[in-house]
Amino acid sequence: MIIVGEKINTSRKKIAEAVENRDAEFIVSVAKEQADAGADYIDVNAGTFVGRETECLCWLVETIQNELEMPLSLDSPDPEALSAAMKLHKGEPMINSISLEEDRFRSLLPVVSSGPCHVVALCMAKTSMPTSVEDRVNVGAELVEKLTAEGVPLEKIYVDPLIQPVSVDTKMGPAALGAIRDIMEKFPGVNTICGLSNISFGLPERHLINRTFLALSMGYGLNAAIVDPTDSKLMATLLSAEMLLDRDEYCQNFIDAYQNGRLVGG
Amino acid sequence: MGEFQALSEAVIKGDITAAVAETEKLLERSAKVQEILDKGLIEAMDDVGERFSKGQMFVPQMLRSAKTMQECMNIIKPLFQEGEVTTKGRVLIGTVKGDLHDIGKNLVSMMMEGAGFEITDLGVDVAPATFVQKAQEVEPHIVGMSALLSITMPGMPETIKALEAAGLREKIKVMIGGAPVTDRYAQEIKADAYAPDAASAVTAAKKVLGIS
Repeated sequence: MIIVGEKINTSRKKIAEAVENRDAEFIVSVAKEQADAGADYIDVNAGTFVGRETECLCWLVETIQNELEMPLSLDSPDPEALSAAMKLHKGEPMINSISLEEDRFRSLLPVVSSGPCHVVALCMAKTSMPTSVEDRVNVGAELVEKLTAEGVPLEKIYVDPLIQPVSVDTKMGPAALGAIRDIMEKFPGVNTICGLSNISFGLPERHLINRTFLALSMGYGLNAAIVDPTDSKLMATLLSAEMLLDRDEYCQNFIDAYQNGRLVGG
Repeated sequence: MGEFQALSEAVIKGDITAAVAETEKLLERSAKVQEILDKGLIEAMDDVGERFSKGQMFVPQMLRSAKTMQECMNIIKPLFQEGEVTTKGRVLIGTVKGDLHDIGKNLVSMMMEGAGFEITDLGVDVAPATFVQKAQEVEPHIVGMSALLSITMPGMPETIKALEAAGLREKIKVMIGGAPVTDRYAQEIKADAYAPDAASAVTAAKKVLGIS
């Protein structure tokens, strides 16, 4: 499972303050705790700094990579911010994200093809949000075809089926799960990824819903997730799901986590 | 309260069958339609909004209550004489240009409607010129804008400027909301109010129009 740590997002108050005050120590500590908890990428999002997003995102990239040798997920819909952050980034970043919305696709394509990177392909259509499995698969397939035509290898594409809240429409759970299954079947080698928090919007006990949805998604083929890796219950769910899906030989990771006291059950 | 309590409770519970039956019963007893609306339906939705704000009710329950109210409205609406329905105010609402997210905006529309506002929903990806054109037609008391992306937020000040240029800004209160939107941003772009969720949008709308 590829884990993208989601905590460095300026929509969180403490992160916004740290970015505002250029508190490198705090940002690095949040990056490090996620890396220690198993993150493969650290997501950086400075979206709330309207007009200053580019400089804030670049500061985050430099600050974290000065201390940690690991790739980041550059999280913005803004081509200018992504392009600037990508130039500073050491190694192959994950670009989060490109979609079919017309301006967004056209303006982000040059960024994505400007160097080696991984890219999240969000199933957002040209003029509307997808609702059914079919909508999502059609958009996902078009994105995969367009990106591979530009030379992005399938293995570096992460299709995000676009998670919408079940509180608003209970069909949104199966719509996302079915899309994960169909996209993984249609394009062997491609990845699927999603953030979890949208699924539980408007409901109580959101953590419970999020980690249950994670396990279900993995059952349908999800192999990457944007999560809080320091959430020990969520990570325990992830480890047990991997084991149950035959993605953990000899149950090694599960047992290791238990023996190292990292497995929070019950 | 009193004779409208059963209807009110059915709306809060989101029990469509019971609410429709209660509405019909009240009509048979020749209750005034305006009172059914005000004391049965709108009061119930105010209560729903309050419970939602306190974390005692959740989005699916709010949707269910709104749907229940809608069904009752379908029964009583034809009984209002032309021009007799009193609305709290006309609201023009939409998601700004370049942005396709509509869940939050739809929840706001629904709760505003439940509170007795008249809603004109322009949908998603609404250009400033469209807001202006529709504002000229509808003459709203409030223009509500939603944005879910930092890059589409500038559509909000652009629309405010377009309303100014068309000479409409003085007559209209502007409200904004959406995940990346903040109260501070509302002040910066000189919007009249910011609301973080559907229930507080109702409270804010009443406040900017000076109604209780």
